[in-house]
Amino acid sequence: MPVPAPYHLALSALLFTLGMVGVLVRRSVLVVFMSIELMLNAVNLTLVTFARARGSLDGQLLVFFILVVAAVEVVIGLAIIVDLFRSRQTVDIDEVDLLRG
Amino acid sequence: MDAVLFGIVTCLALAGGTGVIASRRPVYSALSLLVVLGSLAVDYLLLDAPFIAVLQVIIYAGAIVVLFVFIIMLLHAQSGEDPQGRAVLPAPLGGALCAAFGLVMLVTVTRSAGQPAPVGAGFGTVEAVGRALFSGFLLPFEAASVVLLIGMIGAVALGRRLPPGGER
Repeated sequence: MPVPAPYHLALSALLFTLGMVGVLVRRSVLVVFMSIELMLNAVNLTLVTFARARGSLDGQLLVFFILVVAAVEVVIGLAIIVDLFRSRQTVDIDEVDLLRG
Repeated sequence: MDAVLFGIVTCLALAGGTGVIASRRPVYSALSLLVVLGSLAVDYLLLDAPFIAVLQVIIYAGAIVVLFVFIIMLLHAQSGEDPQGRAVLPAPLGGALCAAFGLVMLVTVTRSAGQPAPVGAGFGTVEAVGRALFSGFLLPFEAASVVLLIGMIGAVALGRRLPPGGER
């Protein structure tokens, strides 16, 4: 007896919300970045759920490409964080305000 | 059986997600993220996506979390946050805003799924996904490999140590 799709979608919505809270409330850029990963995974879960519900593999293929892009994104993001840390000695996003008007 | 497994997965994923955003130290956040990613891999198995589940374990739990832990080790002493500073939003306001948004999303998204379509035994296996990938998505697949290469070059360029006083 498979679990109905709305339950998976509800889990995904809750995980996405948790990630959003993390992005808005935390200040360590590492934790914010992990929260973004959390949101990305919630979306992946939605795609896989709909792929199953519609009986089509396209959703899983999209998840495959999202995984590739997520890997690149993490590599570049962490390189930027390391660079930021070298020049500012901090990972607090509130300290990084060069673009503030 | 599936329902029991899904219940366990849900509890682990939500506990892990809370751990990611509530932990004091980033390394605990990274380990909580690992819990979330692992339980989502099990959920993918429940959704007939064994190939995606394996990729999830190898790429996310294997590569990405290890990279996070590696960077946390690199920056270890200073990677915490100052409890006095302010976030983008104060915690109660941010939490309330997100709760409202999450509620709307929960209602919208759970109402959008119909009855699951019947699928064959091979749905979501490496063979089925590979066939679909290489017959319909060959160009995006090659583009993805170029994206990986560019990411690698970008990481090397960003990680290069600056010469004293020099431009990059």
